[in-house]
Formats: sequence, structure tokens, C-alpha cells
Amino acid sequence: MNIHEYQTKELLKRYGVPVPEGQVAYTVDNAVTAAEDLGGERWVIKAQIHAGGRGKGGGVRVAESLNEVRDITDQLIGSNLVTPQTGTNGRLVHRVLIEQACDIRKEYYLGLVIDRATQRITLIASSSGGMEIEEVARAHPEQIIRETVDPAVGLLDFQCRKVAAGIGLRGRQIHASVKLMKALYRCFRDKDALLAEINPLAEVDGSALMAVDAKMSFDGNALYRRQEITELRDFDEEDPKEVEATGHGLNYIALDGNVGCIVNGAGLAMATMDAISFHGGKPANFLDVGGGASPEKVGNAFRIVLQDPNVKIILVNIFAGINRCDWIAEGLVQAMRDLHIQVPIVVRLAGTNVETGQAILKASGFPFVMAENLDDAATRVMTVLGGHAA
Amino acid sequence: MSVFVHQSSRVIIQGFTGQHATFHAEESMQHGTRVVGGVTPGKGGMQHLDLPVFDTVQQAVQETGADVSGIFVPPPFAADAIMEALEAGIGVIVVIADGIPVQDMVRVKRYAADKDAIIIGPNTPGIITPGACKVGIMPSHIYTPGRIGVVSRSGTLNYEAVQQMTALGMGQSTSVGIGGDPVNGTDFVTVLRAFEADPDTDAVIMIGEIGGPQEVDAARWARENMRKPVVGFVAGVSAPRGRRMGHAGAIISGQADTANAKMDLMEELGVHVVRNPALIGATARRVFS
Repeated sequence: MNIHEYQTKELLKRYGVPVPEGQVAYTVDNAVTAAEDLGGERWVIKAQIHAGGRGKGGGVRVAESLNEVRDITDQLIGSNLVTPQTGTNGRLVHRVLIEQACDIRKEYYLGLVIDRATQRITLIASSSGGMEIEEVARAHPEQIIRETVDPAVGLLDFQCRKVAAGIGLRGRQIHASVKLMKALYRCFRDKDALLAEINPLAEVDGSALMAVDAKMSFDGNALYRRQEITELRDFDEEDPKEVEATGHGLNYIALDGNVGCIVNGAGLAMATMDAISFHGGKPANFLDVGGGASPEKVGNAFRIVLQDPNVKIILVNIFAGINRCDWIAEGLVQAMRDLHIQVPIVVRLAGTNVETGQAILKASGFPFVMAENLDDAATRVMTVLGGHAA
Repeated sequence: MSVFVHQSSRVIIQGFTGQHATFHAEESMQHGTRVVGGVTPGKGGMQHLDLPVFDTVQQAVQETGADVSGIFVPPPFAADAIMEALEAGIGVIVVIADGIPVQDMVRVKRYAADKDAIIIGPNTPGIITPGACKVGIMPSHIYTPGRIGVVSRSGTLNYEAVQQMTALGMGQSTSVGIGGDPVNGTDFVTVLRAFEADPDTDAVIMIGEIGGPQEVDAARWARENMRKPVVGFVAGVSAPRGRRMGHAGAIISGQADTANAKMDLMEELGVHVVRNPALIGATARRVFS
């Protein structure tokens, strides 16, 4: 689960990470009041959306007067901000963060991740701040410093000092950065984070260090014990179809093709998309109905897949282990009746109670296209699509 | 022989008296598995499925000589259950739960570092040596005894591959689901090493997915250390970057995480790569015959 920059900064500030003075604003008047409160003569106004690359999309601007604060905020709030990470439709801006502008002398990168190679929390730092860390890793791998955290003892002071020295911090900065890194680690551990990035970590006037931009994402599986993080979730940042699917216990991800997919199991769902792609088709979505799929769940899956107007055909691929093919088949027939489905449906059933399931589909009189196996299913999808195109 | 679980394995179930655990324990016993008891804290002394229930894993091990545990407790309590099994000296621990917090697993792996145990999962359908021992939730009727080892991250894709194999007359020595989580117990390399050493396994099918370095690490290990052929597939060629595809671990974070990047490297390292998931069985038959 992702949160906004201003939420991340509030959280980190409570742990002792220095961040610029700032306030969030939902309206132009809010923004001007905030700038007056903050004082000073220059402010940075940052659109608050979850996608990165905001600077490149014009979502981070400097105002030199209260009038400019008014103008910039007026342009940003209510606009669709397009960045390299939002896709062409962009993301609607509901709020901005206003901060005192500071003079940045040098930028560093500081991050914590769960490293899959070591299977531990790893501190990553670089003297090239302000760039994407993947880019630095590609172009200048020697500029990246890593320290793996032993979960038995946590992040240790000497590890932080190694990192600080490694990215070129000097004098008082060494001690300040040890405090900062340990604060970041405590927050990461306490809140069940999966990622925490300070980029840039900036050297500002008088050699002080400050988190000028920060990003965190959290483990959805740990939210049951992190109520304070759950409350930061912003549904405006999520696809409404995906939110609805989660509510029904379904795992749905919208894609840009035209073959709707309803599958059980994440791996088989991916492989089904791959088989369609292998035959030259384009999947419209990833959808995992999960284990124990009731007829109601199957109906909900159809409703969500059909909300996508691009869907021209649906492939149902079920390999029933804990699931039962007869339940799935009943759900299919019910959905055909209730939803008046117009697009062709290709069905492949396998596993528990497959014969009963197939008999139910046959007896229903609906024109299901039955497939023998995964290859047959993908082939039939393409044949039926081709027929429709012609 | 087979790997990790055998005819002689003595299995306990943690979370034994729960509904799912009960159902799958019965299924496992019908498949020939020697389930010798179970653990549900607070219900020690009871009988369940005509087997003894214990309050702690330590008691269960003392009384039954169990060496394998199937953990069916819900995700919030799973990490503690795994560490309890480790402390009690269980050698093979199978963790079904889907949704264990990642940092819990980081701590579990640290705790397991100096223990001589195999953790299978979490977020796995389990492990089966067809006709001999099943610890997990997979539909046992699709598996047949044979000489090909199967190892996969996904459960249903494991079923898919096994059905393709069975349709072509190829059985399995053991099938291991290592699970879909980013921090998991046993990795591909550990399973490949066991298959290489197993006299009853002739070849291996390895099924991975997007995210993480472990498929390529395994291929690299296999090139140096394996004589038995490996057929490989990586799911998620059509997956978008940065989105979790159902499994917590299935996310493309960088170029090396994509399915095609992994399959290209695996191919270079000598794995027989299948690009179409519908042809896993057919490719295995061509390569292995």
C-alpha cells in the first residue's frame, strides 16, 4: 500500500527525520494561508499523487510570491497530472503540499528495501541523489553502497557510519546521518514497510541534511496490525474496479488488451495471459478468483471484467484444487442469466468435479465455447476473435 | 527415494482442529500419508480424526516422533508456529498460509539460519511424493508416481504442468511448491540440489514467475552442479511493471525481474526453456526422452 509524500514526511518527522516545514492544502485559499503561515519568500508547491516523476510532469513548482502560490495551486488542483509513471490519462490532483523552499547544495539517495537476494532488510545509499536509483545502478554501480541488516540486532551505528563515509558525508554530517538512518530504519520496521526512499536527501544551508522528497510503501499483509497506516489509504489513487474486486475477495488488475480473463490462482492467471499473448492476443486484465470460489464470486468476477468496455471475449480457465468445477459452472450459468452477457465465453475446466461442471454448462443451453486444455483455450480465443473481426 | 517427504515420514498438523486443516489432513491420510497427530494450543489431550492433539509441538514430537509438520494456522500466527516447529527439531516444515507479513518471514529466516530444517512455503500448496506422502492442499488425484521432479512458485500452475505431464504418461518423483512470497523458506537451488541427489529422479521441471533473482540463480547453480536435465518456464511475460500479480512476490521491480529476461538467461545457462505455458508437458517429453 502506498501513501502520499506529505503523509510519509509527517510519519518520518515523528521518528526524528528532518523534513522541510510544510502544509497540505486542498483549495487555493488553503494554499495561500499555508504559505503565509510558513513564512519566507519562496515556496515549493508539490502535487500530491502516488505516481512518481512529478517534476517531469510539471507537478513540482516554485512560487516567488503569494500571487504565484495562488496561480500555481489553481492550475494544479483539479488538473490531470501526466508523468512518466501515470500513463497517458494522468492522475487527478486533489491536494498539494506547500513547503518553504530551501537552497540545496548537494543531493544524496537513501533507501531501505527488503532485498530478495539476501532475504533481509537492506540499506542502500548513493552520492547521486535526485535520480532513480535503478538508473544509478545501471550507469554507476560503484556509486551505490549497501548494508544488509541482521534482524537479530537491527541496523547498527557502525553500518550507518560506513554508509555515510561511503557517500562522502563529512564531519558533523556523519553523526547527523547515523541518527537519520536509524530513525528511517525504526520507522520501516515498526510500520511493516516494504520500501522507504529519501530521494533526494539534501545538504542545505550550513551543511544540515534534510529529506526533501520521501516515499514509503507498506505490506498489505501486515495492515491488520497497523491501523494507523491503513487510515492513510487514499482510494482516489486506485482503480475503482480493483478496489471493488478486493472487496469481493478477487484479485484484479486492469490491462489494455481485449481478452477478459477469469482464472483461479495467480500463477495460472499469469500463464493464461501468457498463453493468449503467445498466440498473438492481448489480455484485458489479470483476475484471480482465488480458492473456494462460490457461484457469487464468479458472478462478481464477470461483473468487474465486463466493466471494461474493451473486453471483446472472456476466457474462463479454472484448475480446481480446493475449488470445485460444478460451483464455477453454476456461477457461470447464473452470470449469463443475470448479466445478459453479449461477448463470447471460452471455458476451460479441469480438476475436481470437472465432468459435473461441463454437464452443467452443456445443459444450460448458453453458447459456451468449450476448450480441452490451456493451448486449446488460447487457440479458440483467437479463432473466435478473428471470426468477429471478419 | 523422492525428496523431503517419503512413505516413512511422520507428519503432524499445526492448527490441526481447524476446518481446512481437518479436511486436508483427512485427504492426506487417504493418499497414504502417515499423519501421527496434531497441535492446537488449548486442546491438548483431545482426540481428533482418531489421532492425539497436543498443546505444543515439543510434546507432539516427544510423543509421536514426528519429523514433518504441515502448518495450517492463519497468517498472523504463522511465523510463531514456524519457529516453534524449528525449535522442536522438526526437519521439514510446510507452511500453507498466504499473507504472512514479509518482515515476519525475514525474522523467521534469521531464526532458521542455524537450524537444520527445510521450510517449504509460505503461500504454497505444499509438497507431494505421489502415492507415499502429501503435506498440503493440492488435488492429489492429478499426480502419479514417476521419475520427474517438479518445483514451482505457483500452486495452480504446478497443477497445470502436472496435468500436462500426466496426460503424456509422465509421473512425478516429488512435486514441491516453494510458494509465491518474496521472502520464502526453501528456494529453487535447495530443491534442485535434492533432486540431483535423488536416485529416483531423472529430470526436473522448474516453474518460476516474475520478480526476484531466484530462477536465474538456480539456473546458474544447475549449470555448475547438475547432470540431470531441467525444463523451465517463467510466468508473467504479459505482466505490467510495478504491479503485484496476485502473489506478493510476483512484481517486476527492475529489468532483470521480467519473465523474458529470466528465460533468456536461463536458456543461456543451459535450461530447456518453454515459452508457451501450454507446452510444458510436451517440451518435457521431448527433452527427457
